[in-house]
Amino acid sequence: MTGRNKWISLGVLALLIALLPLFFPSGYYYRVGALIFVNALSVVGLVILIGYAGQISLGHAGFAGIGAYACALAPEHLGLHPALAVLLGAVVSGVMAALIGKPILRLKGYYLAVATLGFGILVSMVLTNERALTGGPDGMNVADLGLRGLLRDMGWRLSGGEFWYMICGVVLLVGAWLALNLFDSPSGRAMRALHGSEVAASTVGVDVPRQKLRAFVISAVYASVAGSLLALQNGYITPDVAGFMHSVEMVTMAVLGGVGSVLGATFGAAILTLLPQVLTVFAEYEQLVLGLVMVLVMIFLPQGLLPSIARRLKGRDE
Amino acid sequence: MDALLQFLFSGLTVGAVYALVALGFTIIYNASDVVNFAQGEFVMLGGMITVFTYQAGLPLPLAAVVAILVTSAIGVALNKLAIEPARGAPVVSLIIITIGASIVIRGATQLIFDKQLHRFPSFSGDDPIHVLGATILPQSLWVIGGALAVFVGLWIFFTRTLTGKAVLATANNRVAAQLVGINTGWVMTLSFGLSAAIGAFAGVLVTPITLVGYDVGVALALKGFAAAMLGGMGNPKGALVGGLLLGCFEALTAGYLSSQYKEAVAFIVILAVLFVMPQGLFGSKSTERV
Repeated sequence: MTGRNKWISLGVLALLIALLPLFFPSGYYYRVGALIFVNALSVVGLVILIGYAGQISLGHAGFAGIGAYACALAPEHLGLHPALAVLLGAVVSGVMAALIGKPILRLKGYYLAVATLGFGILVSMVLTNERALTGGPDGMNVADLGLRGLLRDMGWRLSGGEFWYMICGVVLLVGAWLALNLFDSPSGRAMRALHGSEVAASTVGVDVPRQKLRAFVISAVYASVAGSLLALQNGYITPDVAGFMHSVEMVTMAVLGGVGSVLGATFGAAILTLLPQVLTVFAEYEQLVLGLVMVLVMIFLPQGLLPSIARRLKGRDE
Repeated sequence: MDALLQFLFSGLTVGAVYALVALGFTIIYNASDVVNFAQGEFVMLGGMITVFTYQAGLPLPLAAVVAILVTSAIGVALNKLAIEPARGAPVVSLIIITIGASIVIRGATQLIFDKQLHRFPSFSGDDPIHVLGATILPQSLWVIGGALAVFVGLWIFFTRTLTGKAVLATANNRVAAQLVGINTGWVMTLSFGLSAAIGAFAGVLVTPITLVGYDVGVALALKGFAAAMLGGMGNPKGALVGGLLLGCFEALTAGYLSSQYKEAVAFIVILAVLFVMPQGLFGSKSTERV
């Protein structure tokens, strides 16, 4: 990806975020939009892990859970401001990822999948079982960020939906910008090199374990911040955020859109977030359709939706 | 001591089911290098279809046979419709395909049948048998015995029959197997059918104890996968030992430590094994090809 492409990707993303509200028929759509951005943020993290470095994780919802519960617990027990709690969650997730990543990332393929899966399940189990602290399966309330009230005092009145649409949109843009910067940085190149071949990468001097760990930690921080934003905007959180199905959803979004590309990640997140909203009319068929979409896209568009579409368009131009 | 025996009985019962699920994983993995996350759904289908054909008036043994055959056909269909078209896809894609397939199966089951929990009567009554101060349900003996029978049967199949050897040959080296005239496509079909049938059989055996509902498959798939990994992916002996060990770990944790964290200990043990022995207990060392 050249520098020009980076700014095109960011520009497209920024334009979409800014212009889409013009077509929103009701306030409900801001909510859905904010949810898409949150999901896209964690998926951008997975693009770094899966797309750049070629590693897999079936446990990243665990980090989302840590971020979410940091926002729920820290203000109540440590008296921390919710904004600082987001930071705390990100730090805890990063440290956690560094600690478990070291032994885990020696594993490959399915073995890495089961190890990360185990981690994710452990986190969701703790969140579900420590009722005294987390409220158990029923979940717990999350303190308000307070920023919206501040803006209102300054004379800028926003609905909850509009406010979170804006915040999540900006955070997604920043996240995408960082991820795109990483792509062409020495670290990003090293990650992509070890994705191609670990042996070849190490012969040219790439510190393979270190770069894998870096990708793992960065993606964990993305997931954690996304989890925090989800908790803050809903004002409520349950252990489902750390559940196995959430991990699967995240990986599916990443691969669905096209795992190498940040724009694709957003696209995948949008589709998989919208699907249940569209299907609420046919609630009974929701699972069936979701599963079919996953299977069919992987079979017929193995590169993911966006790269496959892009290739087709390019083919027509020439 | 009595308590320990009691925990081991329940551990072996659950472990036998994990072992059968892990065996299903192993057979498909050997034939196709695919980890089939829909494996747990086969167990669910075995239980569900038996429940509903039994309620429709079929005698229980016949209902069980119908369930196993139908599930087996679904396994073959899964291979033909979803796995074969994606041949050579990366691991991530294959994981998503089989998880997607498991969601489809769950969604369809919930539409065709319902969302309730069901059971059918135990095979030989519900009077517990007393052994050395502990008790065991007759159905537990069915589960453990059934699992052992499947393993012995498969061992004979793989070592004594031409077809079984063809499957082993394909698992070792697909291209070489093709060169000596083995129809590897057919071996894959057979493996999916067999693996689904084993899963369904496990479902039939365990439903009188644990009940069955459309969503019991996810947890079973995770435990079975973990058991297969613990034993070493691709090794039937590992599947048996891994499954039984996992079942006993869970039962002992539930008994002595905390029933809420019984599953946590299972995953901690697996993480520990993977750290120390990345190939699992019985897995063979492999080197990366450059």
